[in-house]
Amino acid sequence: MSNLDTFREETRAWLEANCPESMRTPISDREMPWGGRNPSYPNPDTKVWMDRMAEKGWTVPTWPVEYGGAGLSKDENKILQEELGRIKARPALTSFGIWMLGPALLEFASEEQKREHLPKIARGEIRWCQGYSEPGAGSDLAGLQTRAEDMGDHFLVNGQKVWTSYADKCDWIFCLVRTDTTVKHDGISFLLIDMDDPGVEARPIKLISGASPFCETFLTDVKVPKENLVYGLNKGWTVAKRLLEHERSMISGMGMGAGAAAMGGMEAVAKENFGADGDKIANGSVRDAIANHKMDQQAFGLTLKRAGAEAKAGQGMGDAASMFKYYGTEMNKRRFELLLDIMGSQALGWEGEGFQSRELAVTRSWLRSKGNSIEGGTSEVQLNVIAKRVLGLPDA
Amino acid sequence: MALVLSEEQTMLRDMAKDFFAEQVPVTNFRKLRDDEDENGYDQAVWQQIVELGFAGILIPEEQGGTGFGPMGLGIVMKEAGRTLAATPLYATAVLGAGLVLKAGSEAQKTDLLPKIADGSLLMALALEERTHHNPTSVETAATQNGDGYLLSGEKTFVLDGHIADTLIVVARTGGQAGDTQGLSMFLVDAKADGVSIQRTHMVDHRNAANVKLDNVQLGADALLGSNGGAYADLEAVLDLGRICISAEMLGGAEAVFDTTLDYLKERKQFGQIIGTFQALKHRAAEMFCEIEICQSVLLDALSALDERRNDIPQLASLAKARVNEATRLITNEGVQMHGGIGMTDAVDVGLYLKRARVQAQILGDTGFHRDRYAGLGGY
Repeated sequence: MSNLDTFREETRAWLEANCPESMRTPISDREMPWGGRNPSYPNPDTKVWMDRMAEKGWTVPTWPVEYGGAGLSKDENKILQEELGRIKARPALTSFGIWMLGPALLEFASEEQKREHLPKIARGEIRWCQGYSEPGAGSDLAGLQTRAEDMGDHFLVNGQKVWTSYADKCDWIFCLVRTDTTVKHDGISFLLIDMDDPGVEARPIKLISGASPFCETFLTDVKVPKENLVYGLNKGWTVAKRLLEHERSMISGMGMGAGAAAMGGMEAVAKENFGADGDKIANGSVRDAIANHKMDQQAFGLTLKRAGAEAKAGQGMGDAASMFKYYGTEMNKRRFELLLDIMGSQALGWEGEGFQSRELAVTRSWLRSKGNSIEGGTSEVQLNVIAKRVLGLPDA
Repeated sequence: MALVLSEEQTMLRDMAKDFFAEQVPVTNFRKLRDDEDENGYDQAVWQQIVELGFAGILIPEEQGGTGFGPMGLGIVMKEAGRTLAATPLYATAVLGAGLVLKAGSEAQKTDLLPKIADGSLLMALALEERTHHNPTSVETAATQNGDGYLLSGEKTFVLDGHIADTLIVVARTGGQAGDTQGLSMFLVDAKADGVSIQRTHMVDHRNAANVKLDNVQLGADALLGSNGGAYADLEAVLDLGRICISAEMLGGAEAVFDTTLDYLKERKQFGQIIGTFQALKHRAAEMFCEIEICQSVLLDALSALDERRNDIPQLASLAKARVNEATRLITNEGVQMHGGIGMTDAVDVGLYLKRARVQAQILGDTGFHRDRYAGLGGY
């Protein structure tokens, strides 16, 4: 038996013994395991599952052992993910620390910073948010104005961040700050800030969907120790760019198929609402639109797979992250538009009686999807990146 | 699933790319057109293609072929599409060889496959009878005549019909238009009594033909595959044909995109390179995404053929529909972004636009394949 076969067998046995039964059921938003200093666990099994997985290093399986991971190879991690999928296990820990900050710290942080922050991310002890955008710096992110003044033994930070995800529930924030006002990209630094420090305040923003996943975050005379600077003074843009790639690939894969799946598939809804002629949806234009959309989805899925295969073969698809971010988010918006077309008035409820909860969820998700092509760099910014970096078209 | 080319496939691609670029550039196609060449293809080029082993790419080595399989064939078709190479590859090496391999008896294979591989036999599939692709709508009838058959009907849009030595005619031995049952295929000598072939000059300056069959007498050995049960074999090879024409189309789309991108980087208006204008940049970036997505679909479709997977029909329809639309977008944008010069015969982009329009019609337009894809998906 090969080592990988042994690994699979041991993994399967461990998961069978350690994944609580209730952690093998579909997850609701309310039970998402975000961790942090003030976590909420409506289901106590969530905490048990998180701690057991963290103990094994499997909340961040490919990170080195000394930083809280398990040091798994790609092949081993693939097996672990397959085995988790096999028992339909919930994620043990979801966090921006894992998806975004962690990979950037692994690449750019000092040894001390890695040892300080990575294990806490891996164990779900600290919940992180991202302080990038500002009221005056959206698509033109490098135009950010939040100042970090060098006060000798610390930085004094003043400014305002916006679109900070879940900032009102987070413990620390990784921020882009201006440390040199005479230059643009080369005057930006990457700072880690404890949100319990005096002068940090987060206020939720209410969205068109009614939810408040984002905040405005105000930074007023916040004292930040010098050791919280990552990768050196005025070198933050390098870290930021890499982090944006992680963010883009995360968003492009977000929520694919979720709404339609909850409704039992858009074909089924269409048959119910428009009637069926044998197996065929009776309304030809709806049927054509669904086929067209499903082709888009399959083609996009194959392209994600190809990018993975090329990465493994040591070839690159260029700035693939921008293509995926652009295409994936635009497709997701089209999917919700189509789903609403098919559901008709049952997709137009806001709350209360007369609508199933899954119908209301689709409506809210439709509204939420509008942000997908804005956050993490708008579609227009992604197209600019492709035109410049991949196609080599000149700047004006 | 092979979404990345192997070393061997990469070598084949590079060889094909160099060959078509150097030996069969677009100027070769222009010359055929301008000379009003009687055959519509260059026999010297065909001989070179045969020598490279491309004509027998589907055919096993023991029958004179090179046995590279569908992925190899798709790779070659894509490179051929890049330079608009007009050759008998599609009608003979894809559809002809495909049908003989799939449905032929041992005797038919032994007789025909070596001749396809050595370039001495040209074939054409006579399937369509209406304005739109629809394999089950065939009305051409084959009636029993002693041991053999009598064949009558009219075929249209027969690619390479005017140069083929042997036609593969799809006819009814039973059932009626719309039925999948009752379809049969016959090998018909193009020079047989009762066969009249009228070459049609198409907008892409390539050739198709209308074929009239008037009580053509066929022997029992003309039957290719089963009597009345040809539909499954036919559909399987049509899927191969759909995927391979998609490959040829994508090669053309890439060529137009590359040329257009070059033009955006050199043409100046308002004192600036027009590629600096965001209105053009974004559209170029969108075309790039379409090409990448189509390339993924094409590779998976070719892999499915290689691996004889059961999702070939879905992937064939996905490939044809997606590549149809991507090619429509890119050839139209190619003309538009070239501006006035794009409307002239002097630049190549218009040739690709015309070719793409014909290719889109071959073995199913977008509507046909969306309908089919939905049907296969159970809705």
